[in-house]
Amino acid sequence: MPESMREALRAPLLRPVAALLALLLLNLLLNPGFFALRVDDGHLYGSVIDVLKNGAPTALIALGMTLVVATRGIDLSVGATVAIAGSVACSWIATSPDPTAPGAAVAGALIALGLALLLGAWNGLLVSVFGIQPIIATLVLMTAGRGIAQLVTDGQIITVDNPLFGELGGGYLVGLPVAVVLTAVVFAVVALVVRRTALGMLLEAVGINPAASRLAGVRARGIIWGGYVFTALCAGVAGLLISSNVTAADANNAGLWIELDAILAVVVGGTLLSGGRFSISGTLVGALILQTLTTTVYTMGIPPEVTLVFKAAVIIVVCLAQSPKIRALRRRSAAPPIAPAEPAREEAHVR
Amino acid sequence: MRGIEIGFPGVKALDGVDFRLLPGEVHALMGENGAGKSTLIKALTGVYPIDAGTVVVGGRDAVFAAPADAQAAGIATVYQEVNLCPNLTVAENILLGREPRRAGRIDRRAMRRRTRELLASLHLDLDPDSLLGDHPLAAQQLVAIARAVDVDAAALVLDEPTSSLDAREVEELFRVVRDLRDRGVAVLFVSHFLEQVYAIADRATILRNGKLVGEYRIAELPRVEMVAKMIGRELAELEDLDRAPAAPVEGAAPLLAATGIGRTGAIAPADLAVRPGEVVGLAGLLGSGRTELVRLLFGADRADSGEIVVDGQAVALRSPLAAIARGIAYCAEDRKADGVVGDLSVRENLVLALQARRGWARRLPRRTADALVERWIAALDIRPADPEALIRNLSGGNQQKCLLARWLITEPRLLILDEPTRGIDIGAKTQIQKLVADLSGDGMAVVFVSAELEEVLRLSDRVAVLRDRHKIAELTRAEASTGRVMELIASGDSNA
Repeated sequence: MPESMREALRAPLLRPVAALLALLLLNLLLNPGFFALRVDDGHLYGSVIDVLKNGAPTALIALGMTLVVATRGIDLSVGATVAIAGSVACSWIATSPDPTAPGAAVAGALIALGLALLLGAWNGLLVSVFGIQPIIATLVLMTAGRGIAQLVTDGQIITVDNPLFGELGGGYLVGLPVAVVLTAVVFAVVALVVRRTALGMLLEAVGINPAASRLAGVRARGIIWGGYVFTALCAGVAGLLISSNVTAADANNAGLWIELDAILAVVVGGTLLSGGRFSISGTLVGALILQTLTTTVYTMGIPPEVTLVFKAAVIIVVCLAQSPKIRALRRRSAAPPIAPAEPAREEAHVR
Repeated sequence: MRGIEIGFPGVKALDGVDFRLLPGEVHALMGENGAGKSTLIKALTGVYPIDAGTVVVGGRDAVFAAPADAQAAGIATVYQEVNLCPNLTVAENILLGREPRRAGRIDRRAMRRRTRELLASLHLDLDPDSLLGDHPLAAQQLVAIARAVDVDAAALVLDEPTSSLDAREVEELFRVVRDLRDRGVAVLFVSHFLEQVYAIADRATILRNGKLVGEYRIAELPRVEMVAKMIGRELAELEDLDRAPAAPVEGAAPLLAATGIGRTGAIAPADLAVRPGEVVGLAGLLGSGRTELVRLLFGADRADSGEIVVDGQAVALRSPLAAIARGIAYCAEDRKADGVVGDLSVRENLVLALQARRGWARRLPRRTADALVERWIAALDIRPADPEALIRNLSGGNQQKCLLARWLITEPRLLILDEPTRGIDIGAKTQIQKLVADLSGDGMAVVFVSAELEEVLRLSDRVAVLRDRHKIAELTRAEASTGRVMELIASGDSNA
């Protein structure tokens, strides 16, 4: 990885990482056993493992969302895709001749992922070919998708009892939950692909200046399309993880509002919604912050009805910290800025 | 209304410009893009606050803080794009916001009557109850004028009113404008079309680079002189300029030959051929179709007629990428919108086109990229010579050099330069001109587009002249004098 890129990533990561550490510290104060790990039957258990495991689906979706946001887009339909993927997989398994057979689990999962790819292709088509605003284009599937999931499940909660399928959400691999290992691998692969190939730079170029990129020969349309397809695939995998974890498909509630958490994770991780420069490690940290926050709320014994308000307060602080006005204010008060001079970003967006 | 004076000392957009508009005349505001026409109009109509200077309307000082103030003072504006509601009727559009009321409700009958009277006074035959959207654009434009006049406008500002109208519709519009003028309305007419200005205007104010060139009576100002004043060179002075020695033109087959390529609404079908080692200049005023023509050659827009032959083979240039694969490079006119990728570094901007041609999977090895970038930063003297600097922090001239480097790195055989020297300082400008001469000397084919006639003539082996979206002539170096090209640009009624 080029040194310059590392530096570019390092500096903006400072704030989210600091926030995450502060949250972890708070948890340690509230609950001295927070970092305690215990090995049971070769499996690791503990609060930290729970954070990782519960945060895995959001982190996966946020990963895809990062690439979409980098191209100036947004994908609101991921929650619906989660519900559809879970519903299709569970329905397939439940209606197969032998609902406990490994074959049924594999087939169900593959069909669900295939469908997710199709949904992503639909979003990508609307955005990159027909030029519909991403927020509108994906809103279609956000509203319709949950309806599709309900059709698939007939409005029922479909429970499955398939050992192999259950492994996905409840199983362990090399001592860690399968969901955590899977998410970590996907993150590593994407980070590698994006930075080892030219994909990262081309994504950023498209996000910063689509017209100039096209004139420079960048296949902007294909790149944007690919982003939506990949995001939908991530959402499909997340849907499998979520439904496997509860061994049931709940078309109404699976992945509800997860798109907002994912977008939040991306933003908290330092990728601007205006597109361009993105940070995959930032998104990972962002997803961890969100999940730790949820856990903190529980450890602090805050009543569930206050949880959302508490989350909102934290998010508001983070967003305000990123607002250009506030940053300008701080730069003025803190005399010599440590960061290299950063001319007003707005300037670039005026046209 | 006695006159309007506006001054903006200290501001680049408009620098101490005086302007007056008299009742009962059609006054043309002339100048190239960026000359300050729009700024002046916006100051006049209250869109922009003025920094200094005074506006006097009808003998009284006026301050326009908002468009409403200007309207209240009797200045009505019709913009290029009709901004009315196509889903409302003609009458509703004309009286929108000031509908006649009776007992708190809209009096439909009075509305219809007033609209009919108004339209009749303009000799327009439109049904007040028809939907505006059902009428052609020209009629909508006339409705917009009717709406403007209904406010008892003392002055009417028409900003590029004819850009989307055909000849017959223009005639209709002019008839209405003349009617209004005879009624004592002051009309400010802004248009790129010289012929129309000469057909309708009584007087013209010419702006250049935010400064006033002068105010002239149209009848006393020959077209050639008008063009010279807009471009900023006196004819005589230009003809004396030395020209660099001609670059050798090989009798080789054309690298690229386009026959009859055109795109509806952008450029009429035209031919253009470029041979290796040859510089072909495109001359013409802004909006004459220069950019539109070269965009077709690069596949940035798709031609809907004609054929492009590269290396003797007919090719379909469906996208910029297809053109790049054939060794064509295009430095776009609008550096900021279509050129630089602001938040990427100089290095990334320089390798972008080459990387795009390789595809995302075959990343340009870091060492190769560094060597290329280092070489071109040195060759073009890009400052700061820091590959990791963000390109948006560079000056315009250096950004332009980066874009040139981006294309030269792809080792193109045909380089299309659209206004490569606009808005950059004189030093960078000379460097770029010299580079173009050197490149063509090395056998590269170049298409050079510039609003600066002098520059086009000095660099080009052949000059194609465009006017009103038509290619009207092609001159060899020997034939192409400033005077000749200016005459062509300014020449009278053609098939436009």
